Amino acid sequence: MIGAWLDIGWVNEIPVRGSRTVTVDGAGEIAVFRTGDDKVFALRNRCPHKGGPLSQGIVHGHSVACPLHNWNIALATGEAQGEDKGCTPTIPVKIDGGRVLICRTGTLQAAA
Amino acid sequence: MDFQDYRGGGATPEAGSSDGASGSAADPREHLVVIGNGMAGCRAVEELLARDAGRYRVTIFGAEPHVNYNRIMLSPVLAGEKTFDEIVINTADWYRDNNIDLIVSDPVTAIDRAGRTVTSRSGRVVDYDRLLIATGSDPFIIPVPGKDLPGVISFRDMKDVDTMVAAADAGGEAVVIGGGLLGLEAAHGLSLRGMKVTVLHLPNTLMERQLDEAAGWLLKTALEARGQTILTGADTAEIYGDGKVEGVRLKDGREIPASLVVMAVGIRPSVAPAREAGLDVGRGIKVDDHMVTSDPHVLAVGECVEHDGQVYGLVAPLWDMCRSLADGLTGKANPYRGSVTSTKLKVSGIDVFSAGDFSGAGAGCEDIVLRDASRGVYKRLVLQDDRIVGAVLYGDTGDGSWYFDLLRKGESVADLRDVLIFGQAFASGGGQADPKAAVAALSDDAEICGCNGVSKGQVVSCIVKGAHSLDAVRSTCKASASCGSCTGLVETLLALTLGDDVQSGPKTMCKCTSFTHDDVRREIVAQGMRSIPEVMQTLHWSTPDGCSSCRPALNYYLLCALPGDYVDDQQSRFVNERLHANIQKDGTYSVVPRMWGGLTNPRELRAIADVVEKYDAPMVKVTGGQRLDIFGIKKEDLPAVWADLNAAGMVSGHAYGKALRTVKTCVGSEWCRFGTQDSTGLGVRLEKMSWGSWMPHKFKIAVSGCPRNCAEATIKDFGVVCVDSGYELHVAGNGGIHVRATDLLCRVSTEQQVLDYCAAYIQLYREEARYLERTAPWVERVGIDYVRQRIVEDEVDREALCARFLYSQSFSQDDPWAQRAEGGEHEQHAHMAQFKPVKAEEMA
Ligand code: SRM
Ligand SMILES: Cc1cc2nc3c(=O)[nH]c(=O)nc-3n(C[C@H](O)[C@H](O)[C@H](O)COP(=O)(O)OP(=O)(O)OC[C@H]3O[C@@H](n4cnc5c(N)ncnc54)[C@H](O)[C@@H]3O)c2cc1C
Ligand code: SF4
Ligand code: FES
Repeated sequence: MIGAWLDIGWVNEIPVRGSRTVTVDGAGEIAVFRTGDDKVFALRNRCPHKGGPLSQGIVHGHSVACPLHNWNIALATGEAQGEDKGCTPTIPVKIDGGRVLICRTGTLQAAA
Repeated sequence: MDFQDYRGGGATPEAGSSDGASGSAADPREHLVVIGNGMAGCRAVEELLARDAGRYRVTIFGAEPHVNYNRIMLSPVLAGEKTFDEIVINTADWYRDNNIDLIVSDPVTAIDRAGRTVTSRSGRVVDYDRLLIATGSDPFIIPVPGKDLPGVISFRDMKDVDTMVAAADAGGEAVVIGGGLLGLEAAHGLSLRGMKVTVLHLPNTLMERQLDEAAGWLLKTALEARGQTILTGADTAEIYGDGKVEGVRLKDGREIPASLVVMAVGIRPSVAPAREAGLDVGRGIKVDDHMVTSDPHVLAVGECVEHDGQVYGLVAPLWDMCRSLADGLTGKANPYRGSVTSTKLKVSGIDVFSAGDFSGAGAGCEDIVLRDASRGVYKRLVLQDDRIVGAVLYGDTGDGSWYFDLLRKGESVADLRDVLIFGQAFASGGGQADPKAAVAALSDDAEICGCNGVSKGQVVSCIVKGAHSLDAVRSTCKASASCGSCTGLVETLLALTLGDDVQSGPKTMCKCTSFTHDDVRREIVAQGMRSIPEVMQTLHWSTPDGCSSCRPALNYYLLCALPGDYVDDQQSRFVNERLHANIQKDGTYSVVPRMWGGLTNPRELRAIADVVEKYDAPMVKVTGGQRLDIFGIKKEDLPAVWADLNAAGMVSGHAYGKALRTVKTCVGSEWCRFGTQDSTGLGVRLEKMSWGSWMPHKFKIAVSGCPRNCAEATIKDFGVVCVDSGYELHVAGNGGIHVRATDLLCRVSTEQQVLDYCAAYIQLYREEARYLERTAPWVERVGIDYVRQRIVEDEVDREALCARFLYSQSFSQDDPWAQRAEGGEHEQHAHMAQFKPVKAEEMA
């Protein structure tokens, strides 16, 4: 039986104001972010602009600046901010006893 | 204290006997048995008595040997500010007067729901009609070796306080594990009692659940100033000691000696008897809106319950629960709908407040931040759709209740928005909701700049006399020239006085601050700031943790100001500098090893060829900087690639960095028929001196052996053209977007002078240029004469600059690739998890 949530590891494995990646075989990557105030978000690891790996961007507030052309993406919604238009799929996350769990169906949809 | 002192009307039952049946025979009322003589249990009984005093016969079981006391006040007791008697809530008289049977020091160990009895540790069996479970929480003990050693305690009840006081009387050192409220209060109390205290906190921010990072940092600084040692990011491996505690060992190997260890890492609802009795238990005992559990005869209240998915750890929600419970028990519907909690605490005498969701995570959330460094105040409000959804206050919590009220009512604050952060008094100052109007209404002698004691009248008169910009005001009357917190007021005065004539001052660093790059750099040095959060606090950043423009700049400024001391913030580095490779459009990386002065040899070439084959690099290319670039490497493979290159003696070429890039050379006097000096050798020496240094922008050097200039030295940041009589030093060239030929700095006669002048010039650039400003625009801005004066004319200055550069280099010439190849920052290169998805049909 496979649970609805995928356990990907401890919160502390993600650097504060940083990100780690999770791969889904045969599909894309998920970027899991931890913000300065210790919130965790998961997004498809592809910028809506030209596919930049968001996991490598600078995390500030609840946004990440894409490493390729500096679009700012809101972590909660995946939307590009300011003048830029585009959206990256987000994946529901929950924290349980210090473990990070990401929604399995969301992960499959986003990574596909 | 003997429990018999507190017993009310009922007869003392014999151990093992059952008084339920006989009790109800004598007393026809329903029997309410309460498990837990703590804050919620007793408050529930009080509420019940207030509604219908005679309705139930009440028996309370307590595990502790005391009457009900105010648990919150254990901190002042520990700190020596209060005695136990002063924190008692319900005295022995209260139990007696209300005919309550109190049984202390005898925890309930079993509940028989079918027979409606409870059994205590001593063997008492008591019947109930209604049972109320109010067992509170158990401290969480982290499962490390040594957790059971004598001298390891938690901080939950009076017994713990007694143990701490005794340990403090014996003197010595204490370790507190956990930098939340409880841990910090324990640490404060123990240090007041003379112990040397170290707090170990696993997250990077103290009280991370109540405070955001900025406020947590302020708190840490304030507590450290009071003599406590606070280690954040500290992961406990073991508590060691022979028969009793002797110290704590961290996962990184550090050892902290201690005769007392207080674990305050969190609490868990105390649910053991409820779970064993088969009640529905999640994180806590599940209750409905009237605090009834899955068994209609059993209620639960306090920290031990879970209501609507929530568990609570503060008293305010418990009071709400107790009201709904008492109403329910007396036949009135008053459903409990959960609590929005706010925390208003004094941590070691420092006021902190937080409420609601201050994560700012919701869609459309925006922050309003006020930082007043001189008063040690930080305030942050989180707004969503013009409503307050969260608040964090540090240092001045006076407006906490007002914000909390606005938050709970969900009222629109659109009209107050601009003045909200200044507090209720200011915002409701009659028609002054417009900040401009508020400033206009200030009297002439109102103080504008607290640091420099400048009044509104003085600022206005200096504007009228011609100071038409913020900078001009700062330099004439000094208003806003120190901490900058009045900058907004001064700008408003400029606007009010000049109307549309305000000149816009020099560009601010980014939207997070009203300071310019130069202001920030100057203040970092002048005030000896040591970290990014400190800069943001002291200079009133308007965002919680900056943005992708200011963070890399601040990181560089601090690195430059504190060589060897500042710990680089990886998360404030652009990807290339964090990964030590250049990111490509497909997310792979390119790798450029250093080839000193453009020289190479078979061993290096062979290693590069091997890497290209081994890691399937799709392309290898000769760069414009005289070295080889390997393309298409995955981030996971980078450490292995680097290990292979290191093995052949190659180090990072910093092709990715705001740092020294390449030193281009030509063949020079060793081979070339025109060469005047050893341009290749000099290039290698320059590169060995300056590699690894971080700079405001990239920095390129070239050395040509004669004025034919094959190395293109006159479009480099620092270029050397060798001539018969010595060396021409050229600076501030640029071959990029705007081609700029160099300015001639001077001529020197020895190689050593070339090295010294180069070092001094780099250091001047490092210390004075703005982040992302290359040497060409920098020199155009400050003028070549200024540079000449500092480097060429002032010998003492040159030597000092050169010495500072070499000092800073003594810390930066560690090959970053070697560190990674050995496993440093391994998480940057590894995936956190990998999944093989299961097909839809298999999932069904
Ligand atoms: C690899 C290379 C091209 C090549 O194949 O030859 C190159 C590649 C890049 N250059 Fe360059 N530049 C390369 C030599 C040059 C040169 C020639 C030189 O150094 O003699 C110049 C003009 C000289 C100069 O800098 O003044 C040059 C002027 C630029 C500029 C414009 C800089 C300016 O101040 O105007 C940029 C953009 C920037 O830095 O903001 C740039 C930026 C870049 C970046 C970093 C673009 C980026 O941000 O991704 C490219 C990364 C390549 C990679 O992934 O490795 N590159 N670039 C050369 C690497 C040299 C090395 O060994 O390190
Ligand atoms: C040092 C300290 C400082 C605090 N400061 C604050 C503050 O500033 N603000 C704030 O809002 N909150 C604060 N709290 C939290 C607050 O004290 C609790 O939220 C509150 O006490 C919870 O009430 P309760 O009745 O659920 O649990 P408790 O008050 O813990 O009462 C539970 C009682 O049940 C007893 N018990 C447990 N199991 C059994 C059993 N099987 N049989 C019989 N008895 C049993 C326990 O011994 C305990 O006496 C603080 C807590 C501590 C420890
Ligand atoms: S420029 Fe000078 S040093 Fe360079 S190759 Fe030509 S002659 Fe030789
Ligand atoms: S790919 Fe992200 S900004 Fe261009």
